[in-house]
Amino acid sequence: MDAAQSSGAGMVMATAVLDLERARAVASRVVDPEIPVLTIADLGILRGVRIDGHRVVATITPTYSGCPAMLQIADDLRFALDGAGFDDVDVAIAHDPPWSSDWITQEGLEKLSGFGIAPPGGEIVCPQCRSGSARVVSRFGSTACKALMACTSCGEPFDHFKDF
Amino acid sequence: MSEPVISTAPQGAPASDSSDPVRALVAHADDNLVLAQRLGDWISRAPELEEDIALGNIALDHLGVARALYSHAGHLEGKGRTEDDFAMQRPEREFLNALLVEQPNGDFAHTMVRGLLFDAYQVELWTDLSGADDSTLAGIAGLALKEARYHLLHTSSWVIRLGDGTEESHRRAQAAVDALWRYTAELFEGAASEYHDIWRKVVGEVLDEARLQIPDDPYQRSGGRRGFHSEHLGPLLAEMQWMQRSHPGLEW
Repeated sequence: MDAAQSSGAGMVMATAVLDLERARAVASRVVDPEIPVLTIADLGILRGVRIDGHRVVATITPTYSGCPAMLQIADDLRFALDGAGFDDVDVAIAHDPPWSSDWITQEGLEKLSGFGIAPPGGEIVCPQCRSGSARVVSRFGSTACKALMACTSCGEPFDHFKDF
Repeated sequence: MSEPVISTAPQGAPASDSSDPVRALVAHADDNLVLAQRLGDWISRAPELEEDIALGNIALDHLGVARALYSHAGHLEGKGRTEDDFAMQRPEREFLNALLVEQPNGDFAHTMVRGLLFDAYQVELWTDLSGADDSTLAGIAGLALKEARYHLLHTSSWVIRLGDGTEESHRRAQAAVDALWRYTAELFEGAASEYHDIWRKVVGEVLDEARLQIPDDPYQRSGGRRGFHSEHLGPLLAEMQWMQRSHPGLEW
């Protein structure tokens, strides 16, 4: 192999790595349509991004089996990646292993709390007054992943992202 | 339309049937689709707003499980059938759901008792299938298991509240148990007897706490898993499928 060929191959390799990093960054910034303070990376929904020839394949996983946001997230991913110059995008859905609320990143948990949603994992704390006493108003909330609570100290109702 | 999925092979549930994996997947998907359609009927009619949301969410979970299972069945079958083909293009005789899920909603007690009987079964089913060799099925089952446990928490607490409630709520809950008990053995057809035993124990404890009696009548009906349904499935499918039957392939 001569020098020119070898440096050319190196260049192609470097571009591919850059493309992959850029595609990952773009995909990671896509937000959840129902909890728009969280990205799909924060939620642990984005399983991976890879480049397969000229195609970007982003793999996502449902939080709940019937999560109606999956179609929207797939569309948002295609739109975001297309906008970043990747015109051949495939969104794959992976079922195994099943999603868990343990996959929400630390940053994601903090963002949830700041948004007024009590995060999963540990004690349920009222996002308004920080009291640890709350009662379940409804096991099923505005989306599949949340339950509706009411603080027994300040009386404020709030969503709890369920441990799942 | 591809050839019907009906075969003469006996179906085992909740065991993971390796003799005909596509057929087993379709049967479980049909259970979930039919129940989702039934529960959807409660939306805007539930006794309170929170319950409207709860039943809608439970229906959505079942619909999601059905979709994932149909897609996976289509993939394994390799004939190009999509989830929509399974849901919308099969006649009643090809649906393999258990008779329990197609039974009418009745009153709220009836729907909650049906839910309890079915959810307790699904917790066992998904526990079993979450260890399947087929990793996609194992993943679908693993997620469905967490959902089924939550559904069971909801339906069992309602059955206790109704059974151990007023004279009227008790009467209605008991009438539901009496009407639905005959559809429960079918869920365990072909499965090892331990599954049915565990289910009897789980359901029995809830019914005890609810002061409800298991009927003495040993009569049990079956046939759903072989495509022989009660008179209630046809109208449900007619309503669910008519748009796709009238305009095949129609999209929003």
